[in-house]
Amino acid sequence: MELNEALFQFCLRRGDDTHVLSHRLGEWCGHGPVLEEDMALTNRALDLLGQARNYLQYAGQVEGKGRSEDDLAYLRNERGYVNCKLVEQPNGDYAHTIAKCFLFDAWHLPFLKAQLDSKDEQLAAIAGKAVKEATYHLRHSSEWMVRFGDGTEESHQRAQQALHDLWTFTGELFETDEVYTTLQQAGIVPDLGPIKEAFDRTVNEVLAEATLKRPEDEFMASGGRKGQHTEHLGHMLGEMQFLQRAHPGAQW
Amino acid sequence: MITKDRILELLDYVKDPEIPVINVLELGVVRGVEVDEESGRAVVTITPTYTGCPAMDVMAADIRKELLEAGVPEVEVKMSLSPAWTTDWITEAGKRKLKEYGIAPPEKTADIRALKGEDPVVECPQCGSKNTMMLSPFGSTACKALWKCNDCLEPFDQFKCL
Ligand SMILES: [Zn+2]
Repeated sequence: MELNEALFQFCLRRGDDTHVLSHRLGEWCGHGPVLEEDMALTNRALDLLGQARNYLQYAGQVEGKGRSEDDLAYLRNERGYVNCKLVEQPNGDYAHTIAKCFLFDAWHLPFLKAQLDSKDEQLAAIAGKAVKEATYHLRHSSEWMVRFGDGTEESHQRAQQALHDLWTFTGELFETDEVYTTLQQAGIVPDLGPIKEAFDRTVNEVLAEATLKRPEDEFMASGGRKGQHTEHLGHMLGEMQFLQRAHPGAQW
Repeated sequence: MITKDRILELLDYVKDPEIPVINVLELGVVRGVEVDEESGRAVVTITPTYTGCPAMDVMAADIRKELLEAGVPEVEVKMSLSPAWTTDWITEAGKRKLKEYGIAPPEKTADIRALKGEDPVVECPQCGSKNTMMLSPFGSTACKALWKCNDCLEPFDQFKCL
């Protein structure tokens, strides 16, 4: 596979991961359980949106066909989206939202730390900004996992259920394919081995403190990187892309 | 003639739209100023504070407007991600103004503590007490955390250390 094509695909994946999760968290705006959490989730959404803009701008530049970040975000359909399935899952109750964030953050932070050493200067620079934000994110979601798990019987049960429902989507975070190995050989993306170890360490520590059980690795969902999604993404994009589809080229 | 000093003088007037008491130089986001003295063309390079900071687009537009209105014939504002901005780049004057405005300024390189997951010791900008607690790491804007003073009981914003 050609390096440039692989780099384009990777930027789309990272852009779509951050953008889709950002949109999901933005759905909580005005609906947070308490004001501080409403602000926390929208702040996180904003951080992720900024990261998505960086990746998608860069993707457009790498592709060299004149597509802007907005073209890539609003004019690709569901099959063109290459985010992992974890981030597109509906928010559910607050335990589901937090568990989704936690599993994402536990992977995202070590991934970004490793991306700092990328031979691609722009990816290293994007990580340089994002790693600080992801540190706050993981801390936030970890604290809530502990509060739910080690809280009331009801909150414990809901957090455990959320982990159970979402665990199947964690396998995809550590998948490699031709795109990934092409970039890894060029020193552009990191070895996933140490990232998986860091993920396991965080998950085990936090869940132990939260008195929650780590789900067993059984069937792991896949396909997001190839544009095969759960039914939830299409609905989300329908809402997110409505304006650009109905009024092409509309601007602020 | 348009000189680099003149541009820096003008940048003094461009405020952070979210914290209008400090300007872009005090905030430490101006990475470089280049002026072609013959044509008067100015290139100002700025760096984002936080990745998703919506104020950056406004700052870029404000810089353009300020310079063009002052008679600089051509202005380009470039965005550069690297090296990443840190709160250490806020000048001493900037930190003092933040405090007077009621926002606890970031402690120097306290990011080590933040990265280790510990809360920094933050002084209440109202009464100076160090007996304070963080209510939420996410405040009214992407760059601020929400704190409370246990002595004067007032809530306050803290500029997060990065
Ligand atoms: Zn006080």
